[in-house]
Amino acid sequence: MKPASLDVTGLSCRRGGRPVFEGLSFGLAGGELLALTGRNGSGKTTLLRALALLVTTVTGEIRWQGEDVVLDRETWRRQIGWLGHLDGLKGDLGVRENLAIAARLRGEAPDRIDQALAAFELEPLARREVRTLSAGQRRRVALARVASTHAPLWLLDEPLNALDAPSQAALRTTLGRHLAAGGLVIAATHAPIDLAGARILELGR
Amino acid sequence: MTGFAALLARDLRLVWRRPGDVMVVLAFFVVATVLFPLGIGPETNLLARIAAGVLWCAALFASLLSLDRLFATDYEDGALDLLLLAPWPLELAVLAKCLAHWIVTGLPLAMLAPLMGVVFGLSGEGLGALCLTLLVGTPTLSLVGGLAAALTLGARRGGALLALLALPLCVPTLIFGAAAVEAVAMGDGFVTHLAILGALALMALATLPWAIAAALRQAGE
Repeated sequence: MKPASLDVTGLSCRRGGRPVFEGLSFGLAGGELLALTGRNGSGKTTLLRALALLVTTVTGEIRWQGEDVVLDRETWRRQIGWLGHLDGLKGDLGVRENLAIAARLRGEAPDRIDQALAAFELEPLARREVRTLSAGQRRRVALARVASTHAPLWLLDEPLNALDAPSQAALRTTLGRHLAAGGLVIAATHAPIDLAGARILELGR
Repeated sequence: MTGFAALLARDLRLVWRRPGDVMVVLAFFVVATVLFPLGIGPETNLLARIAAGVLWCAALFASLLSLDRLFATDYEDGALDLLLLAPWPLELAVLAKCLAHWIVTGLPLAMLAPLMGVVFGLSGEGLGALCLTLLVGTPTLSLVGGLAAALTLGARRGGALLALLALPLCVPTLIFGAAAVEAVAMGDGFVTHLAILGALALMALATLPWAIAAALRQAGE
């Protein structure tokens, strides 16, 4: 397999007749993390959604391993582990159930779930229904969901939100492990992500 | 195909965890149909004549009642993004969700309707025709309602708007469904009606998943 690489050239997005961002270009190789910073409304979330092709009013080019991602959307979606500002969890299902279903919805074997639960110290909660959890615990489950995918590129929207200090440390460890395995991470964040080698892209200047 | 099965199983399991939502729909169907004999009085001939129309209308309203949550829950908790990002066609996901809706509303309604038909004094053949036409017709209602639900995602007063969008599109199904039961009462066959209902269902199946998927992509932006 070719080493993972993401190349974005001249990405622009307009919403409601106003440009959200214009002419963005950056590259990201395996093992690299890109932190998107900027004020509220500077387009961090929109950029993440544009990269995932969830927003259609976008011009420019996104290339994955040299191939334009628009040509084969399903292959591109397989590369993406997504954490939106919503957790994407079902309150009536248990923690482990949520992760197992998310894996099957991606067509993946649920073989990394135990590891992901352990990474975020969720084993004691594995059988609890998600609606009985606190906001921070839910966020940890959502992060464990991303960590349990086989996707090389993680797109994370405010991953540090609602996390206490030990959970933030767990997230950094998990991110570090993912990067060490050749993965890529793009994270929109207010708080500094404090990870060695993290690059920063400031939006809305 | 694993994704399709996983989504179908997930939606059925969610209903299983909260059976109240489905029970309310079925209870609405029973109460709404029972009101007609009470309001009109014990005129057996008149009741038998209007039975098909009343039961079909009630089934239509009952299935619409549960449709506004079809995509709304996924939209509100962010699971819709995961469906949009799943590495298989969104059209299949739509189909899985509509199938799950049909299994928990259309199917029980079709089973329940003959029981309610007894209240109206329908004949044995009439009850059979009612059940069969509902079995063939309710998938169309789930798909048409699914389109309305997807189009009204995130809209204020979505429920009323949903009914306004879906009801006119359900008219052909309603007409042929009710007419089939009447045809049986007149002593005619209802195969033609059943064939037309089947054709409507297949037409909905062949076109609506794409329209619903497009509406969901729009809502996801």
